[in-house]
Amino acid sequence: MTQETQLSIAETLKAKFGDEILNIETPYDFLTIHIRKEKIIEIIQFLHDAENLQFRFLTDLCGVHFPDAGEKFMVVYHLHSLTNNYRIRLKATVGGEHPEVQSLTGIFPSANWMERETFDFYGILFKGHPNLKRILNVDDMLIFPLRKEYPLEDQVRLDKNDAQFGR
Amino acid sequence: MAELVKNNQNQILVTPEKEYSILNLGPTHPATHGIFQNVLKMDGEIIVEAEPTIGYIHRAFEKLAERRPYNQITPLTDRMNYCSSPINNMGWHMTVEKLIKAEIPKRVEYLRVIIMELSRIADHLVCNSVIGVDTGAMTGFLHVFQYREKIYEIFEEICGARLTTNIGRIGGFERDFPTAAWAKLDAFLTEFPKGLAEWEKLIMRNRIFMDRTINCGPISAERALAYSFTGPNLRAAGVDYDVRVHTPYSSYQDFDFTIPVGTQGDTYDRFMVREEEMWQSISIIKQALQKMPKGNAFHGDVPDFYLPPKEEVYNNMEALIYHFKIVMGETAIPAGEVYHCVEGGNGELGFYLISDGGRTPYRLHFRRPCFIYYQAYPEMIKGAMLSDAILTMSSMNVIAGELDA
Repeated sequence: MTQETQLSIAETLKAKFGDEILNIETPYDFLTIHIRKEKIIEIIQFLHDAENLQFRFLTDLCGVHFPDAGEKFMVVYHLHSLTNNYRIRLKATVGGEHPEVQSLTGIFPSANWMERETFDFYGILFKGHPNLKRILNVDDMLIFPLRKEYPLEDQVRLDKNDAQFGR
Repeated sequence: MAELVKNNQNQILVTPEKEYSILNLGPTHPATHGIFQNVLKMDGEIIVEAEPTIGYIHRAFEKLAERRPYNQITPLTDRMNYCSSPINNMGWHMTVEKLIKAEIPKRVEYLRVIIMELSRIADHLVCNSVIGVDTGAMTGFLHVFQYREKIYEIFEEICGARLTTNIGRIGGFERDFPTAAWAKLDAFLTEFPKGLAEWEKLIMRNRIFMDRTINCGPISAERALAYSFTGPNLRAAGVDYDVRVHTPYSSYQDFDFTIPVGTQGDTYDRFMVREEEMWQSISIIKQALQKMPKGNAFHGDVPDFYLPPKEEVYNNMEALIYHFKIVMGETAIPAGEVYHCVEGGNGELGFYLISDGGRTPYRLHFRRPCFIYYQAYPEMIKGAMLSDAILTMSSMNVIAGELDA
């Protein structure tokens, strides 16, 4: 994907959605667009339908946690246009006690499990998801384990009796 | 026979007063080759609905990765698709090299291509011969597994391990390929095509095998794309998407190979695509050997990540410092985010890495092809017989380790 194409896709999106586009950058030559979470569906639907773009393949969807930021969570989408071989990364930040974004399952059926995984690990709710429940962790787990406030166990902790574990 | 098991929902008459039986397939069932649970709603022997439950061997690799230095994450990637761990290892090394903008010599890239294609052959051999086992052909499975053994022997010569290889380092290989490895590779390249042809003769046009697999678990190209299929499963449905061609990495653009595609997207097509890919892999390895650049470079010039030779560590202050910095995971890494993908045994294996400049990744997400395409499984087996559901699963090559990460 050349720089001109990246620029022209960015320009198209800017012309169409204006204020909804917060930031455009190309780290490591990968077009990355930061968007407002309210318009996710519209923007992705536009990228999906536009004749000259045809981003019709959802490569990846995942969450990221930034505990110190104002809006603590980020949902990252990787889309791929197989016909043109363009790749694009969309990011939307989500905040609040119960972070919530629109579900992509209406456009991409493959978003189903990816969103369930993101919910499972970060507790981000996907509005409109047909079956939003935990997928990899046990159903009665009370925490969202990939959040940064749950550190991995310290290997030198003293309160644990290793004899119990045969060590 | 084939028209009886057609994936057609209209065949099932759903009436409210009808009683269905519920069948628990798994979690540990000898026919599913891994830990998968499916709660099947059955009408006689026909599947009406399936509800997969996954996560039985979830090991939280993404969380573990957030506290490990970069070079200690390679062993985690081994345990994802354990049928072709070298591809996972290389994919991870290339992701980090992309982040630190390391320059890798051509020879190292060619060596990597050889290793990756060997492991692709091993991966496809397992999958295809297991399809044979599930249709009742045990002989072929035992016959071709000796070649997987030969591939593992080559890996053993190079890195000392067989299954969970941890092969290579960030920046290249830990050592150059020993003479024994080259000899074994040569022997493999002469023996294996004969064995593969023999295996194909045994099973490919076998009437029983064809009757069992044609029209079993089909998926159309549209549905496959909607479900983000990648790899042989997508190509069997007729879409010629291959990461090695679309986003070339590790000098794949230097090689001449074709992408086989199917038409029906059924078990037989998936089998055939994998068969042809093995032939293509043999050809790529031969080309790599032919074009192999002269010299003996086996790693790039990345002193911050690549361990110095032991004799220098003992005799040279600089080398000692680097050695400790690398082992303790204290090398400086630029902040940034990269997405790198490789064509794994099952499809696009992606690494989405966010680095904040610390000793460990801030966030590392694995795009596991199995996890993404396995969600189409209920749709693919709807209206099929139970025995076809088993066959569909093995032909999709769902690997539990990759599914659950």
